Amino acid sequence: MATIPDFKSHDEIAWCPGCGDFGILNALQKALVRLNKAPKDILMVSGIGQAAKTPHYVKANCFNGLHGRALPAAIAAKIANRNLTVIVTTGEGDCYGEGGNHFLHNIRRNVDITLIVHDNQIYGLTKGQASPTTEVGLKTKVQTEGVINIPFHPLEAAIALGCGFVARGYSADSEHLASLIVEGVGHKGFSLIDVLQPCVSFNKVNTYQWYAKHIYKLEEGYNPSDKMAAYKKAQEWSERIPLGVIYKTEQPTFEEKSGIDKKIPLVDELIEHIDIQEEMESFV
Amino acid sequence: MNRELSIRITGEAGQGMQTIGIALCQLYKDNGLHVFACPDYMSRIRGGNNFIQVRVSDQPLHTLRQKADIIVALDKPSINIHTKNLTPSGVMILDKTKFAIVDNNQSFLDVPMYSMAAQVGGNELFVNSCAFGVVASLTGIDFKEVEKVLRSTFDKKEESIITKNIDVARAGYDFVLGKIKDKKFFLSPGSREKYLLMNGNEAIALGAIKAGVKFYSAYPMTPSTSIMTTVAHFALKHNIIVEQAEDEIAAINMAIGASFAGVRAMTGTSGGGFALMTEGVSLAGMTETPVVVVDSQRPAPATGFPTRTEQADLNLVLYAGHGEFARVIYAPGTIAEAFYLTIKAFDVAEKYQIPVFILTDQHLADCYRNIPAFDLNGIEIKRHIISKEESKNVRDYKRYQLTESGISPQAVPSWIEDVFYADSDEHTEEGHITEDAGVRTAMVEKRFHKKMEALKKQIEKPTAENIEKAEVVCLGFGSTYGVLKEASRAVKNKKIGFIHLSQVWPFPEKEIAGLLKNAKKILTVENNAGGQLAALLRQQTGIKVDGSILKFDGRPFDLDFLIEKLSKEI
Repeated sequence: MATIPDFKSHDEIAWCPGCGDFGILNALQKALVRLNKAPKDILMVSGIGQAAKTPHYVKANCFNGLHGRALPAAIAAKIANRNLTVIVTTGEGDCYGEGGNHFLHNIRRNVDITLIVHDNQIYGLTKGQASPTTEVGLKTKVQTEGVINIPFHPLEAAIALGCGFVARGYSADSEHLASLIVEGVGHKGFSLIDVLQPCVSFNKVNTYQWYAKHIYKLEEGYNPSDKMAAYKKAQEWSERIPLGVIYKTEQPTFEEKSGIDKKIPLVDELIEHIDIQEEMESFV
Repeated sequence: MNRELSIRITGEAGQGMQTIGIALCQLYKDNGLHVFACPDYMSRIRGGNNFIQVRVSDQPLHTLRQKADIIVALDKPSINIHTKNLTPSGVMILDKTKFAIVDNNQSFLDVPMYSMAAQVGGNELFVNSCAFGVVASLTGIDFKEVEKVLRSTFDKKEESIITKNIDVARAGYDFVLGKIKDKKFFLSPGSREKYLLMNGNEAIALGAIKAGVKFYSAYPMTPSTSIMTTVAHFALKHNIIVEQAEDEIAAINMAIGASFAGVRAMTGTSGGGFALMTEGVSLAGMTETPVVVVDSQRPAPATGFPTRTEQADLNLVLYAGHGEFARVIYAPGTIAEAFYLTIKAFDVAEKYQIPVFILTDQHLADCYRNIPAFDLNGIEIKRHIISKEESKNVRDYKRYQLTESGISPQAVPSWIEDVFYADSDEHTEEGHITEDAGVRTAMVEKRFHKKMEALKKQIEKPTAENIEKAEVVCLGFGSTYGVLKEASRAVKNKKIGFIHLSQVWPFPEKEIAGLLKNAKKILTVENNAGGQLAALLRQQTGIKVDGSILKFDGRPFDLDFLIEKLSKEI
């Protein structure tokens, strides 16, 4: 039986002390233990930002690509080798800002991967500018008179786009988050877990204390399969913020729709002697 | 009997000129003649003016003529647009009744194509098949050959439609038989050898399939799209995933992700899409992930001429992506080269773990030519990753292990027992982020110097013809091969020679310097306005050309244009 140290890498962690990312890393490692998969069969993909450093701290395969472009690389790796468990760790700037178009279209593709978005409502690595989810009014060195743009609502957007697994976790509750990750990875298709996370260096509003006052876990008996109810639940924010699986539905994956689930993984195809005689003859 | 003829079918977009043009190619090819055909189309689905020009000869053809001996006008505006492109003894076929024309121009041949289409086929839409019959009859091709080609052209349609097309073609064919008694446009029959009829994009697609592409991601962009559609056409049988990306940024990042996971991956686009891909190109360089990228050039800047041709992305592809890393750029000159160099591109990309580019353009992409079948038995495909078998013995694997050659063995995730890390940040041998100056230096040398050094040892040799005694040596790359070849041969007394580069990076410095050693006068021939090849030549060899013949009107060079330009140089 694997334990948490089995999923720890030797790389030195470069986050600020007290960062919410630690809780997410902890939850991720707990989840990997419970998923009972060998590190070699897991691929972590990320873009750029503090969250995107996460794969370096996990003992699993890692592709740390470009800012905003984790999703295209991740889904293609999964298509190339469907036996890999593919998990993307990204920040809300990386995923909802720079990579917004890929977020939109990969929900539509529904490749069986898990997307964990570290959502601290601020840009950390570039030192405190507004992110797509920063609330209106927050003053930064760029938004000197306060943010004026409407915040992006990832859960509402994901439900509207037809994402089959939409959840919200909290970095300081790593036990609960670990269970969401286990469930998300187990879900057949594209899974989104938006994780609320304090930024101790740059976000002085959405602090540990602030979250403690606002968050609550979805009540027993909540039915995540009711899309309209889920959409309503996803809208809750200003007073109380729900944590848990907000929406869940089974739908055919890219692998099933394209038929690759019934064929050998692309990566196992031998290419040394591909016969194209017939294809060539079709041009005679 | 004619040694060669050029035939132009013109009308508005949607009238099926391309279908009939390709059917004509098939007809003449099947009758032992050589063909070269080029569609000229606007960026619209209906209306405007499009044409396809088919050149036919008993000798192999490599380029287009400027004028046509037979022009078929399928709509009235075509007559005015194309009259200037008719040869002095040529014929313009038109439907005077339909177009309400009373002019008795000597070159006009009035054929009631529309009424025949409507009466025989029941619909004016069959007019293109009528034109097909007319041209076949005029050039002396047996009708049973016409029927055979129409059957194969429309083989996806139901029998009644095929029959109507044939009947309408027959009506056009017989009309001309009854009207024209001379054999002015007859072609001398050739020997029936087996040829393929293919365009450049189809050749790239077939090459990719043969090379083992398993993942092709792209956003549709003219003139690259038919690579994607051709791969898609054959994808099911070969277990290839063709994924239409949300944008070109996704397309290249997908290809890189698939390649990282161990499959051969490719993307294709045109200049605008390629500009979006450039950060991904840099990612492939940094993460040392093999990827093959096609830039099928069209006139720019910005949206430019979406459906036309240019060679102005040479500098873009040479320098695409921030930072310094090794790359290879192939610029195939022929359809066969497009096939073989695509296969080589996959091999080199995987062997050196770099981005490899195929720089083509609308002219090569869309032009059809009859070519000998590819030598499939002579192709060896070899993988350069750590095989599944070898993976069992891998221990303490480091993705970016520093080696003498600069190449670190590429493992496939999950095949080896170890995990490994790949990163777009500067990284250690283990693939973790570092800011160490020493590691940085070693990694740059690995990715850039060492790989470039090795790549310089296997450059595609330039093609050279008649450069010893020539007064003028022309230099070109990519799609101008055909026109350089025919024009240099056509100019009297062998005064023109040419060198063609099918690889522009690493630049074949030594070979080119050697070939140009005794050249009296050097000209580059380029489909751009800046003389980008001339600049690259000077940068890499110090050789300054005596001039450049540049064409940047969005149209390809044709034989007559280049002969005229070259004649002024001697």
